[in-house]
Amino acid sequence: MRIKDLPDEELLLPGNAACQGCPSSIALRLALKALGRNTLMTVVASCTSVLQSPFPASALGVPLLNMAFATAGASGSGLAAAVERLVRKGVYAERPTVLVWAGDGGTYDIGIQALSGAAERNADFIYVCYNNEAYSNTGTQRSGATPYAAWTTNTVSGKREWRKDMAQIMVAHGIPYVATASLAYPIDLYEKFLRAKEIRGTRYIEVLAPCPPGWKFPSGHTIKVARLAVQTGMWLLYEHREGTTSYTAGTQRLIQGKARRLPVEEYLKVQGRFRHLFHPERDEGRIAEIQRRVDRVFETLEFTYRMREHIMDIEMLPPR
Amino acid sequence: MRLVETGNHVVAHAVRLARVEVVSAYPITPQTQVVEKISRFIEEEGFECEYIPVESEHSAMAAMIAAAAAGVRAFSATSAHGLVYMYELLHWAAGSRLPMVMANVNRALGPGWNIWCDQQDTMSARDTGWIQIYCSTHQEILDTVIQAYRVSEDPSVFLPVMVCYDAFTMSHTYMQVDLPDQEAVDRFLPPFRSPWRMDPRFPLTHGSVIYPQDYEETRFSIYRAHEAAKEVIRRAAEEYRDLVGGYHGDLVETYFMEEAEHAVVAVGSLALEARVAAEELRRAGHPCGVVRIRTYRPFPSEELRRLLGKMRTVVVLDRAVSFGLGGILASEVRATLGGEGPRPVSVIAGLGGRDVPYTLIAERTEAAIKGQAMEEEWPTLALSDRHRVSKEALRALGEVSEA
Repeated sequence: MRIKDLPDEELLLPGNAACQGCPSSIALRLALKALGRNTLMTVVASCTSVLQSPFPASALGVPLLNMAFATAGASGSGLAAAVERLVRKGVYAERPTVLVWAGDGGTYDIGIQALSGAAERNADFIYVCYNNEAYSNTGTQRSGATPYAAWTTNTVSGKREWRKDMAQIMVAHGIPYVATASLAYPIDLYEKFLRAKEIRGTRYIEVLAPCPPGWKFPSGHTIKVARLAVQTGMWLLYEHREGTTSYTAGTQRLIQGKARRLPVEEYLKVQGRFRHLFHPERDEGRIAEIQRRVDRVFETLEFTYRMREHIMDIEMLPPR
Repeated sequence: MRLVETGNHVVAHAVRLARVEVVSAYPITPQTQVVEKISRFIEEEGFECEYIPVESEHSAMAAMIAAAAAGVRAFSATSAHGLVYMYELLHWAAGSRLPMVMANVNRALGPGWNIWCDQQDTMSARDTGWIQIYCSTHQEILDTVIQAYRVSEDPSVFLPVMVCYDAFTMSHTYMQVDLPDQEAVDRFLPPFRSPWRMDPRFPLTHGSVIYPQDYEETRFSIYRAHEAAKEVIRRAAEEYRDLVGGYHGDLVETYFMEEAEHAVVAVGSLALEARVAAEELRRAGHPCGVVRIRTYRPFPSEELRRLLGKMRTVVVLDRAVSFGLGGILASEVRATLGGEGPRPVSVIAGLGGRDVPYTLIAERTEAAIKGQAMEEEWPTLALSDRHRVSKEALRALGEVSEA
């Protein structure tokens, strides 16, 4: 599949209220191309509350319910329960997909309880966290997803803590589908939504969403920054189904040694939120710490990959 | 069919009769039996309904709003801490103009942990935009839950309705209840109606950013819907009597008010105690009646002005406090009368489930009739001068604690 094969139908209309280079609008546009018109969508307080356009206009081609900040998982549960009833009553010939859309604030922080509850109940929806790694809608304050050393308006010398790994928290819930995605790998992202659509139960997809004003880079560089996140190993692309994780696209190529992993500073130095790591002088300590963490993750991933290849080699030996 | 059931179980029966399609609730004492019974109906008796066992009340209300938005009849039940935990979404539900019904068992708020009767929980949520109806018998709970859907789904209303009843004195006691026929209820309550619903064929966006020039219009439309609800509640009560059977008053219910000169105003089960007290006072030669406020929001101001304006004495019983003003209900009755008729005496009693015997109501009402009552009384308070807690006494208490 190639970009030109994506459906032409636009369910996120142009002329909406998003910032220039807004990653969540790109993610939403691709997601809706995959899910199609037969979708019920709910959005909690986030940039997407704004970018959909104010009353009485709307940029959405699917029905959209705006809900309070902490409710994403619960609102999705309510829609899913109603859809179940309506399908049984014959109101819908074809079961609509329930799409829950939230930012990292609504997912990692204020909304984690409702999401965890819904996932434990295996509520039938696709949950999307578009992760711009801060409370961008209120002007970029730290969130549980903000990476170590990143500037935000309330971590002016750089965040002192490491972000939590929400996708792995969702894997631990034992739900049928968890995936991470990147705007720089649109076909990978699109196909993950297509696969998720065919599964019933709670499906979680997290999209890294480089935010030009929040991360402080030119609005034309959203895709470039998204790609660097994967190429440096700062963002992993994978999907998890039935107890197995498969790494995809750029991350897979790094693990298999088909592409060279770039140093993290290639990713850090193009973003103003990490400027204090390079100006007025290089903060070797913090840059090295970030690099060490990524290296450790990849050591494990590469080792596991080589072991698997090795075992397969043994299995494929002819019987004696 | 005649049953002997708890108030909580009666709610579950009403939910089934109303053909609710999605129930979303979190257990809390003393509401727990409601959700237990509903889940039994679903699992063991073929009640066709989706039950979402959410992880919190905040989520219970969110899921209920979303279910109603998708186009099904939704129900929840809660109490006290559960209700205040969903406070944000009480506003969201009413602002969404989505019909739905929730039962609330009136219970005290901590600390300390107190599971007994108190009306601070719902009365603190009076301005959320929900219609609130308070019951005083089990039969009334059953009939009101069914009527509540009719009111909620009326095109001139389209607002959520809360049906309230007292912890333990009503939730856990057994009373005789007549269960109406399903056919009769179906005649009274048509299938779910809602002003809008999420439908991929007609993609609407609901609840997006709204600027000042439009926001105020939405608030006024809720205000107007509450005004319209007064007539809808009256009509629903009458039609229910004709089609199903059972009548418990509409906005208010009155006892012995025809030739009364003194009135006790109360809500919930306290009104039944007040009725016994009024009977006793009448035997003692005081023509005393009782006004039970059934519909608390919209507030029945016209009825109260008509009923109380000519009284010589008005006593208002409260299981809820508005700090600096007396009882919540008393302060509202005073504001409604606005100097017309006597200055209502505010009797705050029975907070956190403390017993309020009818003898005490009779005694304090008689004191009010004789002009011997304080403006605010806390007659069940455990102080040496328990019937006479004046503002001076409270001030003196403050001085003691400062010293």
